[in-house]
Amino acid sequence: MKIINAANLDYRAVNEALCDADKDCIIEGCCGQRFIAAGMSDKNLTINGIPGNALGSYLNNANIIVNANAQDAVGDTMNEGKILIHGNIGDAAGYAMRGGKIYVKGNAGYRAGIHMKAYKEKVPVMIIGGYAGSFLGEYQAGGIIIVLGIHTAGKRIVGNFPCTGMHGGKMFLRGDCKDIRFPEQVTARYATSKDLDEIMEYLSEYCRDFKYSVDKLLSVPFTVITPDSKNPYKQMYVAN
Amino acid sequence: MKIEGQVRIPSGCAISAVISKDGKKMSGEMITNSMKPMHDRSNGLGGGFAGYGIYPDYKDFYALHIFFDTRDTRKKCEAFLKEQFEIVQSEIIPTRKIPAITDEPIIWRYFVAPLQSVLTSLQLDEKEFVARTVMKINAEISGAYVFSSGKNMGTFKAVGFPEDVGMFYKLEEYEGYSWTAHGRYPTNTPGWWGGAHPFTLLDYSIVHNGEISSYDANRRFMEMFGYKCTLQTDTEVITYIMDYLLRIQGLTLGEAASVIAAPFWSTIATKTDLEDQQKHTYLRTMFPSLLVTGPFSIVLGFNGGLMALNDRLKLRSMVVGEKNDKVFIASEESAIRTMEPSAEKIWSPAGGEPVIIKVKEGAF
Repeated sequence: MKIINAANLDYRAVNEALCDADKDCIIEGCCGQRFIAAGMSDKNLTINGIPGNALGSYLNNANIIVNANAQDAVGDTMNEGKILIHGNIGDAAGYAMRGGKIYVKGNAGYRAGIHMKAYKEKVPVMIIGGYAGSFLGEYQAGGIIIVLGIHTAGKRIVGNFPCTGMHGGKMFLRGDCKDIRFPEQVTARYATSKDLDEIMEYLSEYCRDFKYSVDKLLSVPFTVITPDSKNPYKQMYVAN
Repeated sequence: MKIEGQVRIPSGCAISAVISKDGKKMSGEMITNSMKPMHDRSNGLGGGFAGYGIYPDYKDFYALHIFFDTRDTRKKCEAFLKEQFEIVQSEIIPTRKIPAITDEPIIWRYFVAPLQSVLTSLQLDEKEFVARTVMKINAEISGAYVFSSGKNMGTFKAVGFPEDVGMFYKLEEYEGYSWTAHGRYPTNTPGWWGGAHPFTLLDYSIVHNGEISSYDANRRFMEMFGYKCTLQTDTEVITYIMDYLLRIQGLTLGEAASVIAAPFWSTIATKTDLEDQQKHTYLRTMFPSLLVTGPFSIVLGFNGGLMALNDRLKLRSMVVGEKNDKVFIASEESAIRTMEPSAEKIWSPAGGEPVIIKVKEGAF
């Protein structure tokens, strides 16, 4: 196992060291270096310290574990693989991600899952353990976003304007969401057992990763949000 | 001083700040270092700092920091100042020659007090007179720019990367209870010495990451009250808006934040606290021209405190952390960790949610 000491390295040097590393490697003393593991395949990476923006962007089937918080744009346009964050994540996590998993123990900033998409067998999944900021799933076009609200410190499970422009995929929020206003083009309803079956595999994996009990999570009802139409802007300008 | 041509580069910018609630002094070295992990957010076309509590020996005097393009301009400006101020000290601001910072203007500071006879004849209070004088110099004395004008505080800015600017101005030799910093990545406006952040008026200073879509609407409104935007950069107007709302209108910091980052009408409509709803309706109705739209994360510095604020859509990042008596604010957590590796309670304020930190009464 290779250990990269990032203390005095810039982002280029860190990524070059990472490219030269074995399949398994650890970055120590990370502090804000951007683009870590961008486009990377077939590696298992653990990061100690704070990775910079765009961690795991374009990730192509590598596994990343972060033992602290991560900054903005985690998993930007990620394609495959898994990013596990033991802290919180910044804004715009999973921007346009089209495959793979982002599991976060803590909270997410604004615009988590913005423009997530899916195609055939590619279904990206993002699970947030705490609460998410405003504009969750903005323009969501596919994939699955789950917010568990396990620890919300008295805050709502999601901020203002969730699902703005959502036109594909599914969002699951744990709770009845009575205090949350959704836009007109989506439907929010209690999740049935069939709905939950669809995400059980991911919830179980998440609970194994962060040592939670699935049964306990499921003791609270989930709300599932789906778009009413694949084309929410129909007739905005012309009939199409 | 040379003004660069119109350049258009994709956006970035970095901000950082630290304050001791106990009023404990910190040298400028820590805030300078905090900008290093965020190096790539700037492009070398501007960096700057504001330090509070740094001039205890002259704390009762306004510290004017001024850029001059030539010696003649300095002489002319000094003659103008002598007509209305008692100048207790005038000196070159000490700098260190380093290869990273070039083409510097002539940089002086003056510790001044307005002449009582002038104030009496103009029937103005001290602060208003100093603010008007700053506007007058910046607009009318070609080649002279007052870039700092508060008491017991000062800004230091240049064209360059912020960590180099800190080195250039020898910030490690100053001690302040609060500091703000900025690394610039100019988008629509020239990268020049006067255009670097912080932008200040009296003791108000602003560092800003973002770009104001409403700049001209805000500027035109502010011009009605004698504020002249002369520095070719959008951020300048935020400083004047804060001066107008806080000093002239007497709003609280929280109210001023609700004016410039007002909640959406739909959000106000769903408020359950009716008094709060009424207040927000009032503020949006009274000051519609001071709504600042477009992305911003800012830190406002003032004597005795800091306020951090994001635009209402939160289109820029901002993180806050704490450790003992200190509160840290930065565009990225990495900057906070550089200042304090064991910082606690790291959190991101919501859009339009002001974070106000004040030094304990009597501690500064």
